[in-house]
Amino acid sequence: MAKISVDGVEYEVNPANNLLQECLSQGLDLPYFCWHPCMGSVGACRQCAVKQYRNADDKTGTVVMACMTPASDGSIISINDKQATDFRSHVIESLMISHPHDCPVCEEGGECHLQDMTQMSGHNYRRYDFKKVTHRNQDLGPFINHEMNRCIACYRCVRFYDDYAGGTDLAALGSHHHVYFGRHEEGTLENEFSGNLVEVCPTGVFTDKTFSAHYTRKWDLQTAPSVCAGCGAGCNTTPGERYGTLRRIVNRYHHDLNGYFLCDRGRFGYDANNSTQRVVETLFRHLQGEDGEVRKALTSTEAARQLDAMSSGELIGIGSPRASLESNMALRQRVGTQNFFSGMSDAQLSCATEVIALLQEPGLNCPDIRTLEQSDCVLVVNEDITNTSARMALALRQATRNAATAMAQSARIPLWQDAAVRELAQHSRSPLIILSPQGTRLDDVASDTFLGTVEQQIALVEGITYAIDADCPASTSSFNFDAQAASIAKQLCAATRPCIVSGISAESIELIRATGNLARALREYRHRQSEVKLSVDLCFAMPEANTMGLALLMREGGGSLSSALSILGKGAADAAIVLENDLYRRAATEAIDAALAGNTPMIAIDQLHNGFNAKAHLLLPAASMAEQGGTWVNYEGRAQHSYQVFQPEGKIRASYEWLVPSNPVSGPTVHGDTLLEELAAESANFAPLLELLSSRTGIAALMKSPRQSHRYSGRTAMHANEHVHETKQAQDPHSPLSFSMEGMLLQKDASLMSAAWAPAWNSNQAISKFQEEINGELKQGNKGVHLLARDGAQRPYSKVEYVAEEGIAKYFIDQLFGSEEISAASPAIQARAVPAYACISHELAQSLGVQQHGLLRLSTNRYSVELPVLIRDRIAAQCVGIYCGSDVSRADLTGKLSVAAVAQDSNVLASSRAMFSSLVINDTLPREG
Amino acid sequence: MTTSTIIASSAPKVQARTLSPEETHEIDHELTLYPDRRAVGLEALKIVQKHQGWVSDESLVAVAEYLGMSAHELDGVATFFNLIFRQPVGRNVMLFCDSVSCYIMGCERIKDHISARLGIDYGETTADGEFTLLPVPCLGDCDRAPVMLMAGEQYRNLTKEKIDALLTRVQQEQTNK
Repeated sequence: MAKISVDGVEYEVNPANNLLQECLSQGLDLPYFCWHPCMGSVGACRQCAVKQYRNADDKTGTVVMACMTPASDGSIISINDKQATDFRSHVIESLMISHPHDCPVCEEGGECHLQDMTQMSGHNYRRYDFKKVTHRNQDLGPFINHEMNRCIACYRCVRFYDDYAGGTDLAALGSHHHVYFGRHEEGTLENEFSGNLVEVCPTGVFTDKTFSAHYTRKWDLQTAPSVCAGCGAGCNTTPGERYGTLRRIVNRYHHDLNGYFLCDRGRFGYDANNSTQRVVETLFRHLQGEDGEVRKALTSTEAARQLDAMSSGELIGIGSPRASLESNMALRQRVGTQNFFSGMSDAQLSCATEVIALLQEPGLNCPDIRTLEQSDCVLVVNEDITNTSARMALALRQATRNAATAMAQSARIPLWQDAAVRELAQHSRSPLIILSPQGTRLDDVASDTFLGTVEQQIALVEGITYAIDADCPASTSSFNFDAQAASIAKQLCAATRPCIVSGISAESIELIRATGNLARALREYRHRQSEVKLSVDLCFAMPEANTMGLALLMREGGGSLSSALSILGKGAADAAIVLENDLYRRAATEAIDAALAGNTPMIAIDQLHNGFNAKAHLLLPAASMAEQGGTWVNYEGRAQHSYQVFQPEGKIRASYEWLVPSNPVSGPTVHGDTLLEELAAESANFAPLLELLSSRTGIAALMKSPRQSHRYSGRTAMHANEHVHETKQAQDPHSPLSFSMEGMLLQKDASLMSAAWAPAWNSNQAISKFQEEINGELKQGNKGVHLLARDGAQRPYSKVEYVAEEGIAKYFIDQLFGSEEISAASPAIQARAVPAYACISHELAQSLGVQQHGLLRLSTNRYSVELPVLIRDRIAAQCVGIYCGSDVSRADLTGKLSVAAVAQDSNVLASSRAMFSSLVINDTLPREG
Repeated sequence: MTTSTIIASSAPKVQARTLSPEETHEIDHELTLYPDRRAVGLEALKIVQKHQGWVSDESLVAVAEYLGMSAHELDGVATFFNLIFRQPVGRNVMLFCDSVSCYIMGCERIKDHISARLGIDYGETTADGEFTLLPVPCLGDCDRAPVMLMAGEQYRNLTKEKIDALLTRVQQEQTNK
């Protein structure tokens, strides 16, 4: 620690940081633009000028940039010095010269860092009387608006997009007063993290296009702390609502997980909430005279009664990896554990169960996203992490910078000197080794890539294991990759913090076993090397928001999906409740149809209409993530609570509210918290949930916290078109939040913080006021609880059995935009999604006689589909990659597969070419270096 | 993108997307001088401009592909430098100094004369594609102001007569071709 003096007050600071960061850590207000807590300093904007004195006798001092000056011990500075304040006010005046007077029509207005900093710097009168520089804006695709005239040239956008997120299609163009941040030519911003520009840009150059379409000022949004439903990473979000529709999602800082950034699926997938595909009615299918079968809307009471009537006999329930722990628990209670079945495919469940066992082994540590960034050697096995759990991929990209960090440290360059560190490192990167069947979006920073089928990857992973520990069981594979294996093993062993990343998207338990064996071998190696028992980082990406939660619940009892389907097929149950699940996505069409043929009365509860619930006898509308409070378990086994943002209109309810006992007048009689308490009491594995529950009840001064801001407008008038009386506000007896403006403001307590907001700081950058220190933990923040105790027994190496694949080898492709069911209903995501397609290599294309963008027929002995084909440069030989989207069922294509070219006309070719032109893939080799 | 307007001349707008053998040859030489392909970006743009007169979008993409960098990044380099032309220019680019010394020595009168004679202002090209007039801040020849640089040659102590003689000569040469 070092001591510095700021305007005569002494502070204890970290000398490894710069003065700006340390001043902000101390809660002082010092304006800045180009500095970002995650991206360090470049000294571009000159806004954070302070006066620095050489010693106590120095009364003159010099103006320095706080962000470019280390907070070294004994520093004496002044923020309030007249010369420094004058300097800052002149800097902002010149930055603002061409800035338009369009705040009232600007989407950033009211949460604009530039507005805040202008106020703070005391520039309130314009003296510039000449013609402003103006620019032409570009169409940057369905996510982002572009308004270049508002730019103050802080360079944050390109520093985030290019340097941090690895984007290649946004550049600083031009120079001096006409510098322009945009693309070389108009077009969609391709990077998966483009949405962060909305928050990274200190003003309104890059704004959320989906938000613009139903815009509301920040202060008019009702918000609550939430969790992203896009994948199993568990990123924290702040959804905002107005007039009963969800308007947008912004990032909510979580120290261990998402930090300051979200992926574009998480940010723009919310609009599914407002989609026309939403189930809003309770629909009952019945025979009605001459009309035959019709679906009739029931009132909520009728629906509850109908549900009770249908579920009086022998009842089975199928859970869901995208429903909350509460809803799955409510279903299990309703049907009984022995009648509760997994809503995942059998293969997925066994993979997730294997992952849970691995993560509980001592010495195998499941890293959170922040820890992933600290790895100095990463091995990715098979998982296309950018497309399945994108935020983790962004962390892996940062991990490759650890070589740069080490170089900077030995050259004594402070790590916050961003430009200097990058200049020093050039192309030096920490090892990132990617095993994959096709080129991935992280290849540009990979040190080594291996293209191979899942079977080949297993053989390589076994080879690496053998190279580390010759006592491991011998591989039975016919493949031999000893040379590559030895080189990878060497890098993993040499690393200080090696990390192995995989996932369950391949649904191959053998792959998980082999990966687990490698982690065990590496753990043993590290134990031998050091007296301190060094652990090995091992994690597996999870596809859905609660895959891990459901898999944990299934450990407590319940059956597989296939056994549920067979019960249904036999008509052995009187009714079935299917929770938030399109079963056609989970098992083969044939198997689902056979189950439906049993004519078991089917009750579906879901958010969106889909192929399966169209066939249900009773369909009940389920709340989305933002419309309900719920608990979700991420890939680490971290349970987090998401709060209800707003009361959905009409008959929509949280799924569990349909399932728990209900009173015809007052509605559900059991609250979600009770379900969690019961779960925690039943099983030691879920006992930490009590801690999560208790962290939610600590309400300051027995007052609730408001979901609406203190400036929320129109409260008394917003429903005046419907009724002259002010409508009663929705009640929320169980949570510490209220659906109103009144209550304890959250300005000092971050545990329930939804929208970061502090006096004089209206943008999301107000987050610094809620952190213990910059980039630190949130004050009183709640990071969730871990449900996976690291106390399992050390297990011996698992046996890996090769199940030889019949027919041509295949792998299934995930797409960030399209693979996840709910976000795929968001119009902006749809604009980026592509229909189902297949990928093959040039050699295979030649031997099959299919041309680029032509059609390929994929057939199993029961099913056949024709897909447009993409011939890729970087793809494993002799195999076919299949992207299913929502058009094709993955389960239908398991089993022996054959492929053949289909004759096509030029129209088909042209339309597939157009479709593939919007697909963002990476087929270039890693960048030089 | 830039604030100055350059009126498109009759120069051909679309260039081949593949680099010519001469261009490739010269870029290949530059590549031997740097450890990183991307470092050759600026030199490669200068080579293309030398052969094509300017750098079209098509040329830019071709160079970017050849150097294995993104066209967006290379365009950042291209547009940073005033003298990499991203729009067509005349066969003779007149870089006319309008800085302090030349201003004191009456460069504005000379400039007005050029504009009157050729019918072009700063940033414009004559309809026949012969001349483009651009301002530059200084040519380092203040003791012989006003100064102008054209086709690699510096013209000093400019007067209206000198300008007339020069323009007439260039125009005649072009007619004789």
